[in-house]
Amino acid sequence: MSEAADSRIPVTVLTGYLGAGKTTLLNRILSENHGTRYAVIVNEFGEIGIDNDLLVESDEEVYEMNNGCICCTVRGDLIRTVENLMKRKGAFDAIIVETTGVADPAPVAQTFFMDDDVRDAARLDAVVAVVDARHVQQRLKDTKEAEDQIAFSDVILLNKTDLVSAEELAGVEAAIRKINPYAKIHHTERCQIAISDVLDRGAFELDRILDLDPEFLKKAEHAHDHECGPDCDHDHDHHHHGHDHKHDHDHPDHECGPDCDHDHEDTHSVKSYSFTVGDLDPKVFFDWINQITQIQGPNILRMKGILSFKDDPQRYVVQGIHMIVEGNHQRDWRDDEKRESRIVFIGRELDGAALKTAFEACVAE
Amino acid sequence: MPVTAPLDTDGFVVSATFLGDVAAFASGEGSVFFAGGPETQTPVHKNGLLCATPSLDGKSLITGGGDGKICKVSADGSVEELAEQPRKWIDIIAAGPQDSVAYASGRTAWVRLKSGEIKEFQLPRAFAGLAFAPKGMRLAASRYDGVTLFWVNAAGDPQELSWKGAHSLVTYSPEGKYLVTTMQENALHGWRLADSQDMRMTGYPGKVKSVSWSAKGKYLATSGAQAAILWPFMGKSGPMGQAPLELGVRGDSMVTTVCCHPTEEMVAIGYQDGMVMAVRFHDNAEVLLRRPGAGPVSALAWDKKGNRLAFGTEEGAAGVITLVD
Repeated sequence: MSEAADSRIPVTVLTGYLGAGKTTLLNRILSENHGTRYAVIVNEFGEIGIDNDLLVESDEEVYEMNNGCICCTVRGDLIRTVENLMKRKGAFDAIIVETTGVADPAPVAQTFFMDDDVRDAARLDAVVAVVDARHVQQRLKDTKEAEDQIAFSDVILLNKTDLVSAEELAGVEAAIRKINPYAKIHHTERCQIAISDVLDRGAFELDRILDLDPEFLKKAEHAHDHECGPDCDHDHDHHHHGHDHKHDHDHPDHECGPDCDHDHEDTHSVKSYSFTVGDLDPKVFFDWINQITQIQGPNILRMKGILSFKDDPQRYVVQGIHMIVEGNHQRDWRDDEKRESRIVFIGRELDGAALKTAFEACVAE
Repeated sequence: MPVTAPLDTDGFVVSATFLGDVAAFASGEGSVFFAGGPETQTPVHKNGLLCATPSLDGKSLITGGGDGKICKVSADGSVEELAEQPRKWIDIIAAGPQDSVAYASGRTAWVRLKSGEIKEFQLPRAFAGLAFAPKGMRLAASRYDGVTLFWVNAAGDPQELSWKGAHSLVTYSPEGKYLVTTMQENALHGWRLADSQDMRMTGYPGKVKSVSWSAKGKYLATSGAQAAILWPFMGKSGPMGQAPLELGVRGDSMVTTVCCHPTEEMVAIGYQDGMVMAVRFHDNAEVLLRRPGAGPVSALAWDKKGNRLAFGTEEGAAGVITLVD
């Protein structure tokens, strides 16, 4: 699958709370002279200042799929709109979906996996969240949606950084990192950002899971397996954001003692867990991942993994949204790579210790 | 093989229709192309043409577009603007009795009467499909969790037919006894209107996106499988307890479009790979009408006598196939 070029239309989903700056970002993307033609699906025409033939207003219509699963929801209006856009295939190169501030990003993302026609025509490129640096902490306290949007995102624009102090900004970033340590965070004022940092990210392409984000799992690994000491000589440069050891204390292995100095006022229910083991037994693993996503699907927001199956020369990559899991062989393991199996869950009310035990039980005899 | 007169359009063929002897092909890019008439092409919508359906008298094509306009296109290439809903994408359209036209966008549908008067109808969730009853001014609207039947001219509460799930297309059987919807899941749902008896038609590997009633409404032909699936509707309880016909079975390509012959027990079948076949009901005899190529078949239409078949594909290939001179 890595050989064939994917000719499907890329789709970028923009999320973010009301007033965070989504429209500013959208206007910026549309007004920049980049030669790409966008079809834009918005909930309200509102303040989109750009005259665009392919700007369409679409009421968010969340449908439950008729399969008895409460988290298998899709956006019916998006299915229709994408079908309509496909009647004008030559008129645009990419699609941007702007969601309302209170929207749950899951049905939007799931639409691009659960509907066969949409999936044949379009591929989800990335979920991008615009976060208001000044108000996000309050939003996180008040609402579930703000947390979901951050948890779901591949790229986060921490916007309006000029309106907060450096200390506040560091606090906001730490709060975001607690929910989602794997998204790329960009600090912006008035959403000033290189368009290439937002679009064409390939965040849902199994092939690019690692290429795109080399620290995606490395970081998780070190959070769990490695205590950083003063003599540490490995690379601590996690670009775009400072190296924050605080969030590492959040993992399930940590027993809080009386001397603990980290932040216990954490009201977030969304957390991420990552685990690393050796070669897996594929049968045991697939049985487990299918079962866990069936049972805990509603609580699993995102899942990604790079796996090593026993006696298999190829790496296996896997990703999921709620109950949807997809995976494929990616490429041969390289000689200079350490063969291991790493998996990450971002979710709400997940039992990290149980996940860890179960994942470890998938190790091949 | 029958003779084909090919025609190139500039985009996705949204619909094919015969307006008398002239074949009309609506292109997603916004124009209607003609074969056999005085005009070859006429621009209709500025911002994409999303839906089209022939008027009941068969003399014109009613179109809806991304420019919010509803237009009436005639075989001579003339275009009459019937209505406009600015900034809306009109992607659902139905032609009704007495030159009425229904169209919808989002949670609102409108019916334009011959007089020019426009009536508005609202639903709490989006309209997904529209169909006029064969008799009387009654409009069926498919939606999430069922169908709503509106009276167009008379006062009175609309009738609700409920079935859980997202319904897409809606169609009345020709004599008006049954109402059938296609669904987001790979299934059809039907109601016997006399007593609202539910009918479930399942087993499709793909979504059903094309349906066509055979002559006298005996069968409903559908896409969504590697064969055309035809449900029998001649008994008292419709297709319940009966096996459908499977015609034009292929192992390597899905059926995308079906169109039943206007008088004979025969169906034209268009496939994902561009092939078109005609298949007879009683013996499954197949005639190849078009070889694969140029994208999935997206539109099929017979002329009134059933001598010629117009086809179009998602990649803009189109043409008229003459079976009987």
